[in-house]
Amino acid sequence: MSTLEAVITSIQRLSATSRDLSALHDVLKGANDSLRTNSDLQLTTLDQLDPSKHSLGYLYLLDVLSCGPVSDVVPLIARFINGCDAAQIRLASEKFVSICKRLKDKVLELRDPLRGVAPLLAAVRKVQVSNKRLTALHPDCLQLCLLAKCYKAGFSILSDDILEVDLPRDFYLYCYYGGMICIGLKRFQKALELLYNVVTAPMHVVNAIALEAYKKYILVTLIHSGQFSVSLPKCASTAAKSNFKTLCTTYVEVGNCYNNGMISELEAVVVANSSEFEKDKNLGLVKQAVSSLYKRNILRLTQKYLTLSLQDIANMVQLANAKEAEMHVLQMIQDGQIHALINQKDGMVRFLEDPEQYKTSEMIEIMDSVIQRTIGLSKNLIAMDESLSCDPLYLGKVGRERQRYDFGDDFDTVPQKFSM
Amino acid sequence: MERDEETSGPMMEMCTNGGGEEKSNRRPIISGEPLDIEAYATLYKGRTKIMRLLFIASHCGGNQTMQLEALRMAYDEIKKGENTQLFRDVVNRINGRLGDKYMMDSAWCEAVDRRAEQKKGRLENELSSYRTNLIKESIRMGHNDFGDFYYACGLLNDAFKNYVRTRDYCTTAKHIIHMCMNAILVSIEMGQFSHVSSYVNKAEQNPETLDPIVAAKLRCASGLAHLELKKYKLAARKFLDVSPELGNSYNEVIAPQDVATYGGLCALASFDRSELKAFIYPNKIFHILLIDNINFRDFLELVPEVRELINDFYSSRYASCLEYLGSLRANLLLDIHLHDHVDTLYDQIRKKALIQYTLPFVSVDLSRMADAFKTSVSGLEKELEALITDNQIQARIDSHNKILYARHADQRNATFQKVLQMGNEFDRDVRSMLLRANLLKHEYHARASRNH
Repeated sequence: MSTLEAVITSIQRLSATSRDLSALHDVLKGANDSLRTNSDLQLTTLDQLDPSKHSLGYLYLLDVLSCGPVSDVVPLIARFINGCDAAQIRLASEKFVSICKRLKDKVLELRDPLRGVAPLLAAVRKVQVSNKRLTALHPDCLQLCLLAKCYKAGFSILSDDILEVDLPRDFYLYCYYGGMICIGLKRFQKALELLYNVVTAPMHVVNAIALEAYKKYILVTLIHSGQFSVSLPKCASTAAKSNFKTLCTTYVEVGNCYNNGMISELEAVVVANSSEFEKDKNLGLVKQAVSSLYKRNILRLTQKYLTLSLQDIANMVQLANAKEAEMHVLQMIQDGQIHALINQKDGMVRFLEDPEQYKTSEMIEIMDSVIQRTIGLSKNLIAMDESLSCDPLYLGKVGRERQRYDFGDDFDTVPQKFSM
Repeated sequence: MERDEETSGPMMEMCTNGGGEEKSNRRPIISGEPLDIEAYATLYKGRTKIMRLLFIASHCGGNQTMQLEALRMAYDEIKKGENTQLFRDVVNRINGRLGDKYMMDSAWCEAVDRRAEQKKGRLENELSSYRTNLIKESIRMGHNDFGDFYYACGLLNDAFKNYVRTRDYCTTAKHIIHMCMNAILVSIEMGQFSHVSSYVNKAEQNPETLDPIVAAKLRCASGLAHLELKKYKLAARKFLDVSPELGNSYNEVIAPQDVATYGGLCALASFDRSELKAFIYPNKIFHILLIDNINFRDFLELVPEVRELINDFYSSRYASCLEYLGSLRANLLLDIHLHDHVDTLYDQIRKKALIQYTLPFVSVDLSRMADAFKTSVSGLEKELEALITDNQIQARIDSHNKILYARHADQRNATFQKVLQMGNEFDRDVRSMLLRANLLKHEYHARASRNH
């Protein structure tokens, strides 16, 4: 009894300055176990505290409470997340993360993921130390957004550039879910980037997440760039390179068929393997890939012809009739993939050159921003290189692997004290 | 000169006269008319004559008279030699169609085989005695004789082995050349052109300067090897280098008409315009080519149709050039070395003609071009489409008005586009790299902290 009251008073007293907060943190850590067994701790106790001022204390108590059977935990946690103070909760980020995960689980149990989206979005922002760091909450938030189908919300998190990662598994999940969200929003470029990151991530054994990501990666490359190469990029891990292809043979087959450009073969392959695609929930994506083949073929025609009749286009691309050809061409003009004029009287399409002359001031601004970005990235690279060369672990490893007697070296790349 | 009159008269006349049976030896043998087998056969001697006749017999399609004529001549030729295997083969193929005189002559076969056995025994004895005596020159001659013997009997592998064995006993450069020439001959007959190339190289590495005829023979052999390997440009160069002193001295392999035909067609298919010019209109500047070109012109006189077609190509008279090609095709398919390459060469020549036609123009009317190439507009469109896709023509087709417009890519725009693209790629790649490096660092730290 007294410990609970003591805890509460100390929370109320010590929640002002940062020095007090660290003292409070120690108190809370010490009292954690006793709080768990304390039967006096009820929801009503929480009413004595204000979530925005006493966030750290509130967090601990909430954590203990939500472990046990409590009704209406979802709005409780949600309100806390919305109201809490970011600086305070970062001191106990694991507890915060576990609370949010509990929220997510509860929301999924209730089959209402939409309720969890907004709170988790806010949570991610609060727990993030910097814009470039991935937290454990990112994948959970993305998962809820996917299940709730609010892609735009998820996309707002994805627009950060992640450069630092705590746990590889979080990263894989983040990229995988992120890729799926981008596919949902039809931003194939960004999806490709995210999936590429998973596929080429360093790993020693084949990772199920990476495998699923690879399947989607193949399909998205087909849709976006229209070309498929069986070999993985050079930077992929050896485990990936040796195993992925054998584990995703149907997808590789689809890719190869696509490369040949024959629509009928591709459709035959798709129909033959549709049950497998269904199982992987990729059937929609596969269908998109097939329809993109038409677009790819029409694009190739623009390289060769100035004008072409709709009937000829239909024949060359193996569409059913001129009307479908017109529809496809119209779609492509609207998407900005080709520049053309359709003359309906003659049934002719006239392909134009890209009108972009690269002379406007907007273009100059774009170029300028790209240049700035590139300079920034280069600086990042150099900084990382420098920090790595001062890292004792790295130096130790290099020192160990260096030859004992290195005649002919003018200077040592690694100081002597690091060689064993 | 008589010959000039003969050949400068309109070539068309010769074609329309059709199948005259004059045996005038001034008439070109490789021409648009059906092949005169007897005249063709007189160009060659030895085993290659038989092989070529047999080849013609098997590839002349349904033409019975030609087939029988070829088989008859082959029979006569084989009977002059000692190859019973080929004899049996030819008799089977004649199948009694030529009457009693051309049936299976078992008596002759047995006699030849017996003689062969005796000779073989004798040669073996001689060779073993030379070996025991260790006289290098005799051993070399012994092996050579064995090689000749096996070659006459048709056992080419053994012949080759024996010729190659003389290598250890060669003492002078002349011996080496002799060995190389024999090895080359057998390799060509066997169809193993890699050996041909290596032995030609060996012979050419000879420190002494070669006899010009031998040098010409080596170049022919090397040209043949390149032709088989589909290296048409190299083959053309080799054939162009052959000096006219060759004459008929390499008849056991190749006739001077062949040198002209092979060289001309390969040059047309693979040389670019400046090289072709040096080849036809030698200029004092191209000193080396000058000498040889006068030489090659002599060869071309032997096959005036090839000469005409090269001239036409250079002067952009594509219709007549392609017409000559078409008329020559049937006969070229009967040639043992060119048979597999006729289609490829023709294809390449046609493509070059199409490209050359469109090169000087900003816009080309497709119907006129189709007339010039004797094809339909839609067929022409397809061919042009293939060439555009291969990036050999820079143009675009206006399918509505059937015009081909030259299109020169705007360098400035293309550069901007490329720069932006590259910037984006750099961005993506570097960010991925930083991420991967972080992941690795994290993993490494995790492992290190576990170990401590």
